[in-house]
Amino acid sequence: MRRVVISDEPISAEVALAGLSDLGGGAVSSFTGISRDDGGVTAIELEHYPGMTESSLMRLIDEAFTRWALLGAAIVHRIGRVAVGEPVVVVGAASRHRADALEATAFLIDRLKTDAPFWKKEHYADGRSVWVDAKSSDDDRSSRWA
Amino acid sequence: MRLVYFAAVREAIGVASETCDLPTHVRTIDDMIDLLAGQSPGHALAFQDKARLRFALDQAMVPLDAALCDAHELAIFPPVTGG
Repeated sequence: MRRVVISDEPISAEVALAGLSDLGGGAVSSFTGISRDDGGVTAIELEHYPGMTESSLMRLIDEAFTRWALLGAAIVHRIGRVAVGEPVVVVGAASRHRADALEATAFLIDRLKTDAPFWKKEHYADGRSVWVDAKSSDDDRSSRWA
Repeated sequence: MRLVYFAAVREAIGVASETCDLPTHVRTIDDMIDLLAGQSPGHALAFQDKARLRFALDQAMVPLDAALCDAHELAIFPPVTGG
């Protein structure tokens, strides 16, 4: 099972990970990223590059399958306006034993951060909005998997 | 060639996409950025710092010095910030 979903509706970990526990393995690992209240942020807004987004996420899943013994993997990502406290992204992986699923999950979210064409804008209570700058710490984490 | 812009680049230029005929001297993305920067104050603002830009040719990430060849679509955008 290889699942990529881009959603302009609220997402949930339960729906995003559905089926991963039914693949005959002994492990399902997941990561959920949540819109965070960073100094007065009320919502974030996500823009993406339709077409390239889906293909780049599926390519990450395909690469994870070549690196680890996986039974399934899923990436579900929100676009549009996401209120603080709501999930932005859910990444999950299933495997026979835990190490493969755990490492694949870290790989998928680390590489998504630097490879997938999404852009995040923060909206503040006073009406200001600011595009988020890419972080060098994200580059460092992503390059661990090179 | 179709040009597509995202995030702060799109906002600075004021449109999400446009088309452009390629002059013969324009061979790489770098050449193309120099050409586009002269089109309007918004283009100049969007493209003032090439080191802060990323590029995709026909939806595959490429560096600034990549040749345009016969690509149909060039996307220009800031470093990505998803997740």
